[in-house]
Amino acid sequence: MKLEPAERMTVSETTVARVRERARLIRRSALEMIVKAGNGHPGGDMSSADILAALYFGVLRFDPKKPLDPGRDRFVMSKGHCSGAFYSALAMAGFFPEADLASYMKPLSKLNAHPCSAYLPGVETSTGPLGHGMPVAVGMAIAAQIDNAPYRVFVLTGDGEQQEGSNWEAGMTAGHRKLSNLTLIIDRNRLQQGARTEDTVGLEPLADKWRAFGWDVEEIDGHDHAQLLRVLAAPATPRHKPLCVIANTTKGRGVSFMCDQAKWHHGVPDAAQFATAMKELEA
Amino acid sequence: MTAVNLRTAYGEALVRLGRKDWRVMALEADLGKSTQSVMFQAEFPDRYFQMGIAEQDMTSTAAGMALAGMIPFVHTFAIFATGRAYDQLRNSICVPNLNVRICGSSAGLSDFGDGKTHQSIEDVALMRAIPHMSVVCPADSIECEKMMECLLDWEGPVYIRINRNDLPFVTPPDEPYHIGKVTQLRDGRHVAIFAAGVMVSIALEAAKTLEAEGISARVVNVSTIKPLDRDAIVRYAAGVEAIVTAEEHSLIGGLGSAVMEALRSVAHAPVEFVGVPDTFGVSAEGYDGLMARYGLTPATVVKTAKALLKRT
Ligand SMILES: Cc1ncc(C[n+]2csc(CCOP(=O)(O)OP(=O)(O)O)c2C)c(N)n1
Ligand SMILES: [Mg+2]
Repeated sequence: MKLEPAERMTVSETTVARVRERARLIRRSALEMIVKAGNGHPGGDMSSADILAALYFGVLRFDPKKPLDPGRDRFVMSKGHCSGAFYSALAMAGFFPEADLASYMKPLSKLNAHPCSAYLPGVETSTGPLGHGMPVAVGMAIAAQIDNAPYRVFVLTGDGEQQEGSNWEAGMTAGHRKLSNLTLIIDRNRLQQGARTEDTVGLEPLADKWRAFGWDVEEIDGHDHAQLLRVLAAPATPRHKPLCVIANTTKGRGVSFMCDQAKWHHGVPDAAQFATAMKELEA
Repeated sequence: MTAVNLRTAYGEALVRLGRKDWRVMALEADLGKSTQSVMFQAEFPDRYFQMGIAEQDMTSTAAGMALAGMIPFVHTFAIFATGRAYDQLRNSICVPNLNVRICGSSAGLSDFGDGKTHQSIEDVALMRAIPHMSVVCPADSIECEKMMECLLDWEGPVYIRINRNDLPFVTPPDEPYHIGKVTQLRDGRHVAIFAAGVMVSIALEAAKTLEAEGISARVVNVSTIKPLDRDAIVRYAAGVEAIVTAEEHSLIGGLGSAVMEALRSVAHAPVEFVGVPDTFGVSAEGYDGLMARYGLTPATVVKTAKALLKRT
């Protein structure tokens, strides 16, 4: 979806409706892929579907036919385990045929369990091991400054992922360098692999931490498409700091039995559960 | 009863160590169900430290605990234990030679689904190269349990490589074990096969096939890759016409390299390696399929032995 810069200023009803529909389709597609592959991370796919839909269908400027266009906005999917949702968004955005999604995790498939930039157009950098995306995004944002290029850099991390020190090292650099072209989105679903983040190694007060690192912080409902669009599509220019968007989400969102449960981090629905989920995700 | 699953056997053995010695602590980086450190957590919540997704921090924290006389076991996938936290391992743990135990779980290709970023096929090379570090790789759960018993008294850091899967029992249950032990599981006079981990059972299967074709194969389990019992390697490499090493690891720097280092100054039969070529892994639907993709099968071991013996 190629957007004119002007469209980024206002959030029209049509854009919101488009993003909402795409988010629904991303959820359905990710679940289909997981069931077919017998593997995947549905909880985090569902929690990030609205964020990905807002980015690819309302915020990022790109041309899928020219995935390496130097002027494109960059998006780094640091929570690479949520490749079901990420690949679905990329395919729907036109980077590769949607039919390819059926090959998810098959041997030799370009759709590896974790996104690999050597395999797939639209994947800016390989991820999967947590804590890699932020510093790479900072490097991209610095490169844009050096080149005096107007593109923006977005990176999505999990909230558990924030425990990796690399995020904070990169965050310090970004704050120090006032990388206003950089936006970090945290999928704040409050669960990591084994338990709640606050019962594991607590993150709060997360917003204050990022502010203390020299960032602007916005806390939003990460399932509210209008809010996502308003915050993410707002132009970077008036800001003098990098922006951290804490997107409050529910892990498993959209599928009632998956909501807010650690066991659906890495679970695969059986046939009956899949049918229930798909019914809930009907238009 | 020893669990067939290596991770389960590891988790149970850790609990036994915890009962024996209060100094045993467990640190985990949000993969407790995968590594089975959850078993220790259930019994010793006060000696279990959930460190979050922060492997470098976990590793150096263990160093601090070891400096105070504790025996910390750190847990995560092998790829993160050895790669992400390499500098912490090397400089905070190995330089001062601390009693930290590093459990590299889901090692080798055994994390078949997660693909190249999660499959650790260089970990043995990395760990072997650090002074003071010991590297052990159990062939089955029986051996894993015995190895764990040795980890209370062993001086210095130890890397223990744990496969994700059920492995067939291949090691003799009643034989005493010590770190450094190299065990001949089957004698033969034509070819000696040195294997580690999951490849031990695969080598034994290969030996059966070879026997049916009139080739007698010796199978040697090298479960301590470092410190390597060089005398034992030289002894078991003697008197055969061919030597094959078999490992679930890159051909660079693993068991094959260690065996060749041991044999470097003695006359020996021609050697060939079975292992993962110099490439990253891929996502696969199953473990067996992925092993087959890289030739980690009895058939490849057979073929390799026959090629060296010029019996193809
Ligand atoms: C360095 C590293 N350590 C551990 C893992 C295993 N792992 C994959 S997902 C995950 C939990 C992630 O939690 P969070 O960041 O909150 O993601 P989400 O809830 O959005 O799925 C863990 C521990 C990994 N991929 N990388
Ligand atoms: Mg989370």
